Amino acid sequence: MARRLIHARSGGAFSLGTKLTVAAPYLWLLGFFLVPFIIVVKISLSETALAQPPYAPALDVAAGWQGIQDFFAGLSFANYLTIAGDNLYVFSYLKSLKVAAVSTAILLLCGLPLAYAMARAPRAVRPLLVTLVVLPFWTSFLIRVYAWINILQRDGLLNQVLMWLGLIDQPTTWLATDTAVYIGLVYSYLPFMVLPLYASLEKLDETLLEAAADLGCPRWKAFFAITIPLALQGLGAGALLCFIPIVGEFVIPDLLGGSDAVMIGQTLWMDFFANRDWPVASAVAVMLVGLLMVPIAVYQHLQTREIEGR
Amino acid sequence: MRRMSVTNLVALALGLAFLYAPIVILVVYSFNASRLVTVWGGWSLRWYAVLIEDRAMIDAALASLGIAIASAALATLLGTMAALALTRMRFRGRLPFAAMIYAPLVMPEVITGLSLLLLFVAVDLDRGFFTIIIAHTTLTMCFVTVIVQSRLIGFDRSLEEAAMDLGCPPGRTFFAITLPLIMPAVVAGFLLAFSLSLDDLVIASFTNGPGATTLPIRIYSEVRLGVKPEINAVCTIFIAVISVVVITASLIGKSRDQGRGPPLAT
Repeated sequence: MARRLIHARSGGAFSLGTKLTVAAPYLWLLGFFLVPFIIVVKISLSETALAQPPYAPALDVAAGWQGIQDFFAGLSFANYLTIAGDNLYVFSYLKSLKVAAVSTAILLLCGLPLAYAMARAPRAVRPLLVTLVVLPFWTSFLIRVYAWINILQRDGLLNQVLMWLGLIDQPTTWLATDTAVYIGLVYSYLPFMVLPLYASLEKLDETLLEAAADLGCPRWKAFFAITIPLALQGLGAGALLCFIPIVGEFVIPDLLGGSDAVMIGQTLWMDFFANRDWPVASAVAVMLVGLLMVPIAVYQHLQTREIEGR
Repeated sequence: MRRMSVTNLVALALGLAFLYAPIVILVVYSFNASRLVTVWGGWSLRWYAVLIEDRAMIDAALASLGIAIASAALATLLGTMAALALTRMRFRGRLPFAAMIYAPLVMPEVITGLSLLLLFVAVDLDRGFFTIIIAHTTLTMCFVTVIVQSRLIGFDRSLEEAAMDLGCPPGRTFFAITLPLIMPAVVAGFLLAFSLSLDDLVIASFTNGPGATTLPIRIYSEVRLGVKPEINAVCTIFIAVISVVVITASLIGKSRDQGRGPPLAT
């Protein structure tokens, strides 16, 4: 009520500031997020050409209506048919989904005990623990992946330690394997899993657990019957925050993984940079977004509820 | 205050060890005197000396720093505006706006990078530092929005309303009341944007032009050829800089929060 009165009273200045506050970020995102994506869709329907830029048709506005008609007549779904018919692409998509699903599952298994322990720590040390978990995230992503190359290489620390312990006789190959990719992914994405989980576990009413204990419920049972269901929203947010970007991950599989089965992010990168096939790279991107549409929508729903539901 | 159970302590210890061991190993080996990256040859600063001579690496680092400062500043401005728009204002097209804010947070970087590059080609914009700044701003402003938004929701609206009831114009209310109150979140947003930009390899690789090499692009091209002691040294400096910035910021944030007591005291 009061706000509406103020709105009316201060008239012009308010509405100008308001308009600018909404318009500036809105226009920026329209121009640099939505429009670029529409261009990607358009180029994915074009043909590869030996030209600069390397695709056809280009929209010739100067030719008027005829130009626009020619433009639409030149569009085709050929690139999508290429992708759907080529095993390389199909395997690439499947491999990405599998890697993302498996690593998200591992992240849940590692992240849950860690987040739970943080939420059960004395109140005074909790901010410190959050800082400790977040700090590695602030140091460069690339550097963290690079650190693992140091450890996983043939004469690296991991093999040295395992041989010293007598677990293996000769160095094992770690680099350029799926294991290395999983280690890198779990390591890099752990904070993204732990923080949403911690946020929802911290809010958990401890008296519920005490009540369960008083009624003779074993602690592990209370964990699955009370803690997990109440933390489900954080669980979902954390899982999606990891799953979605991992499907399109490039740096980690490129530096730690082998060359036999590449993920879709690498395929897109190669099509674009090595083969200079922009239309196919665009079609790969559009299909990737299509694949991720449902998880992204669910994530947005959870995010909106988390922020606006409080 | 309750004592922690042994299982919880073990989970914490293992988790933190997993997070920190690789970084500690990297830092220690950057002081290794041996050229072989896996054999310990005693402490030495020799790789840092090599680094000072590496003009290309220094140029790339300076370029990255410039891009990070510029894009973080822009992203903080736009992101804070977007947060205000989402929490304080009702306008048409609010839902698509929110969707555009949250989508880049999870969108795979290869897609964001590819689509921005195709835009720059379509409008025939010369690629270079400028285009990387635009790309980084687009990505990082969304992170700023989320951080500032949670702060805006958390605080007491009655202060703003009181100021406006007393005849304070909305613009001045914002700068006198709202901005000081959300300042910790704005600073945190700036720092996050700064470090995301400094860190980015994929989007910069798509949107850079000839001659515009950032530090991650430079490190990546070296790392592809294998582990080198100089790279350990670069990474150590990088980690040191970021750690100092983050720890200082969190201390500033903390003292502000504690000194907040009655909100009008600030």
